Amino acid sequence: MAETKIKEAKEPLFGKKERKLLVDPLLDNNPITIQVLGVCSALAVTSLLMPSLVMTIAVVFVCAFSNLLTSLLRNIIPNEVRLIAQLIIIATLVTIVELSLKYFDYPTYKELSVYIGLIITNCIVMGRLEAFAMGNKPWKSFLDGLGNGVGYGIILLVVAFFRELFGKGTLFGAQILPEGYFANNLMVMPAAAMFILAVFIWIQRSRNKELIDIS
Amino acid sequence: MDFVNIFIRSAFIENLVLAYFLGMCSYLAVSKSVKTAVGLGLAVVFVLGITIPINWMINEYLLAETTNVFGTDLTFLRFILFIAVIASMVQLVEMVIEKVSPALYNSLGIFLPLITVNCSILGGSLFMISREYNLGDSIAFGLGGGFGWFLAIVFIAAIREKIRYSNVPPALRGLGMAFLLTGLMGLAFLGLSGIDPAALTAAAAAK
Repeated sequence: MAETKIKEAKEPLFGKKERKLLVDPLLDNNPITIQVLGVCSALAVTSLLMPSLVMTIAVVFVCAFSNLLTSLLRNIIPNEVRLIAQLIIIATLVTIVELSLKYFDYPTYKELSVYIGLIITNCIVMGRLEAFAMGNKPWKSFLDGLGNGVGYGIILLVVAFFRELFGKGTLFGAQILPEGYFANNLMVMPAAAMFILAVFIWIQRSRNKELIDIS
Repeated sequence: MDFVNIFIRSAFIENLVLAYFLGMCSYLAVSKSVKTAVGLGLAVVFVLGITIPINWMINEYLLAETTNVFGTDLTFLRFILFIAVIASMVQLVEMVIEKVSPALYNSLGIFLPLITVNCSILGGSLFMISREYNLGDSIAFGLGGGFGWFLAIVFIAAIREKIRYSNVPPALRGLGMAFLLTGLMGLAFLGLSGIDPAALTAAAAAK
C-alpha cells in the first residue's frame, strides 16, 4: 500500500513529465517538420488564415480525443485488428467534426471540402495512436494528442500567415498591406507552401544541429 | 472520349501530389531510391484503380439519399465505410499478389499495407464524390490519379538520387531539399494547366 501511495505522489496531474508531453511537439519534436507526419491533408488549405484556423481546431480535437479513447480502450482492443479499430475511432470523430462544421459554418465547410475527411488518413493522428496511446494512460495520451495537434496547427498558421499576407495583402480577410500592394500570385499557388515549409525547416535545423539529416 | 479527358486531367493537370498535396507522407518517406518508388507507385495505381469504382458503387447504392436501396440518407456513414473498403481492399490486394507473384510481393514489402493510410486513396474517393463522377469517370479518375502519383514519386526519387552528390547546405539536406524540389516540380506541372483535354480529344476525333 505504501508503495502505491508513493507512486501516486510521484505522478501529479500536471507535473514536469506532463508538461514535456504537451510542449515537446510544439517545436523540438514537431510532427510536421521533425517527425514528417501529416504533411498530406493540410498544406492545401493554408492559402488563407481562416480555413487554416478551422482545420487546426478540427485536428486538435480529433487528435486529442482519439488518443484519449484509444487509450481508454487499449486493453480491450485485440492486437490483430487494432489498425481497423483505430481507424473506426478516428473516422467517427471526424464525422462528428464534419457534421458540426457543416451546421455551424457552411462556407468554410465548402472551402475545406475533402480535406476535413482527410484528417482520417492524417498520419499524425494514426501515428500518435500507434506510438503513444496504445501504451500509455488516458490523461497522458490526451495531453500528447493535444500537444501534437497544436504543434501541427502552429505550422499551418505560420505558413498561412505568410501566404495570405504576401499573396493577398490581408490577414483574416482584413487589409494589412497598403492598397497599392501588387499581390504575389506565387504565394497563392500550392508550391509556395512547400517553399515556406522548406525555409522553416532550414531555420529550425540551423538553430538545432542535432536535427540535421545525415543521408 | 470522356475517359481520356479525365485520365489526362487527373494525371497531369490536377496531379494528386503536386496540386493537392495528397499522399505526401509516403511520397517523402519512400522517395529515396527509384526502385522502391516504382514499386510503391504501381501499388498505388492498382489500389486507386480498384477502390474508387468500388466506393462509387457503395455511395450510389448504399449511401446516397436519392439512389440507394434503403431510401434514407446514410451519407454520414461515408467516411467509415470508405476507409473500411480501402483497408480491406489493400488487405485483399496484398493476399492476391502474395499468391500470384511472390517476387513482386517481396519487392513491395511493407509498402503495401502502408497504402491504407496514404491520403491520396481516401482523397481520391472523396474527390470522386464532390465532383459527381459517374462509374466510367471514376474508373478513369482512379487510374489517371494513380498514374499521376506514380509519375510524381518516380520523378522526385530520380532527382533525390542525383542530388545526393551536390553540395547542399547541411541544414537543408534531406527533408528540406525534398520540400523545395516538390515545390519546383509543382510549378513545372503548373505549366501543363494550359492543356485543354477536351480540345485535344476533339482534334483527335476530327482526324
